[in-house]
Amino acid sequence: MARVRTPRLDALGLRHVPGERILPLIVAAMAFLAALALAGAQGAADLGRHWQQGAAATLTIQVPRPGAPAPAAEPAGSASPGAEGAAAVTRRDRVLALLREAEGIATVRPLGDAELSDLLRPWLGASAEQLALPLPAVIAVTTAGEGPDLAALAARLDAAAPGTLTESHGQWVRRLALLAGSLRACALAALALVTGVAAAVIVVATRAALASRREVVETLHGLGASDGYVAGRFAGRASQAAALGGVAGLLAALPVVVVLATLAAPFVSAVPVDTGMPTAGDLLHTLLRLPPALLWSLPALPLSAAAIGYVAAQGAVRAWLRHLP
Amino acid sequence: MIRAEGVGLRYGGAEEGAEGQAPEVLRDISFSVPGGGYRWLLGPSGAGKSSLLRLLHVAVRPTRGRLNLMGVEIGAARRHDLPALRRRIGMVFQDFRLLSHLTVFDNVALPLRLADRPEPQLRADVTEMLRWVGLSKVSAMRPSLLSGGEQQRAAIARAVIVRPLLLLADEPTGNLDDVQAERLMVLLHEMNRLGTTVIVATHNQGLVDRHPGPALVLERGRMVGDG
Repeated sequence: MARVRTPRLDALGLRHVPGERILPLIVAAMAFLAALALAGAQGAADLGRHWQQGAAATLTIQVPRPGAPAPAAEPAGSASPGAEGAAAVTRRDRVLALLREAEGIATVRPLGDAELSDLLRPWLGASAEQLALPLPAVIAVTTAGEGPDLAALAARLDAAAPGTLTESHGQWVRRLALLAGSLRACALAALALVTGVAAAVIVVATRAALASRREVVETLHGLGASDGYVAGRFAGRASQAAALGGVAGLLAALPVVVVLATLAAPFVSAVPVDTGMPTAGDLLHTLLRLPPALLWSLPALPLSAAAIGYVAAQGAVRAWLRHLP
Repeated sequence: MIRAEGVGLRYGGAEEGAEGQAPEVLRDISFSVPGGGYRWLLGPSGAGKSSLLRLLHVAVRPTRGRLNLMGVEIGAARRHDLPALRRRIGMVFQDFRLLSHLTVFDNVALPLRLADRPEPQLRADVTEMLRWVGLSKVSAMRPSLLSGGEQQRAAIARAVIVRPLLLLADEPTGNLDDVQAERLMVLLHEMNRLGTTVIVATHNQGLVDRHPGPALVLERGRMVGDG
């Protein structure tokens, strides 16, 4: 038995609309930018979270005149040596001892002379270590759990070695959070802008198609075609073109996203990562380990483009059809 | 079927009395045509025949007065109710208005597809209609490859394929020779005999003389004769 062919009739002749092939190219460019914006938003969020976690879990203690004798310890309730032994304890050692005894401290590491010189070199040049500057001892502390009571710890350290500074990095944490949030907001704003531009382009393209098929639309309208029928045909074509452009844009953006994610990996990893140039293996590894939010949102780009195309074209055509009775 | 009372039409839709408005192309039109009726629509060029046909085809709405088509008050009808009404009206345009990107078959099938007619039934009906108007051999061709007479017959086939309750024709014999014009008139009378209300606009007095019937006569946008 012969099958009855039921073709999807192009009643409006939309395949013959001039410039029909331009729309997928423009949407592809929009999808490419949208993919980069999505990756940028995700990257900003990850970097911000990592930096905040790192900064929040560290303290820096500066002990001026570290080699000088520490003042005599309090007579009662103190674990410090007695008055006679106190003269042998330097301010640096007193602070180190207190830090190692304190609760909420994971590690205590005094920076060596070489590390101090490295820190000063950007400001004082290569001869930093040769200058006879009275440098403080710098102690890097990582906290554990909720960390120590910073105010109490700072008071105890200042009492043990007056002038000792306890830097909790709280200001940096706030600024990093603000920076990361701003970067993410910029990326999301770029995404919204790209979405708006894509919708506007589709509306303009649909209006151009309507203008070129005006007589056909009016004839169909006279034959009893509903607004939904006409708008559906235009929206279907726009949706297809946008989906095609979305796929092309995504495929073009994917290598760029993977390379950028690979380059950013050392800055968001919890464990030390080789910071050399990425290899092909690194790229594949990154592709398979992209953040889940990004893995879900990138494939959604063509679908979103198709939805934007459908809705924008429907709106444009229905608004235009309101001019007909 | 059709009842017009004091109908006026002004293109641009300006309200009566507004400044800078276009002149009325139809004024105080009142007439009625019962179901199954036949009317010539006569008048010189520019009298408003095409505008009245556009009103009856619901391509425009009256800017004043009342127009009732098949029980639907056109001025007050909701917009989304009008496509179904238009599908019950067949219209033969003077310039055919066939869609150049579709074949003759698809042009004639278009009203049925808009009415969601099932494809197998649709193909049988269109094939029969094309045979009836003598276009079976050119059904797969584009309209641009047909003669003027063949295009006219394709346009007529498209207008009557849905068995409309109201059939409107605007100078339908304008591009036909005498033999084809007579065949068309036979077809229109046959449609009318089967119950379709038919209104044919023409300024071909010879055609009217050969097929006498009641007439609506327009002159400068006013109805000056009915009967």
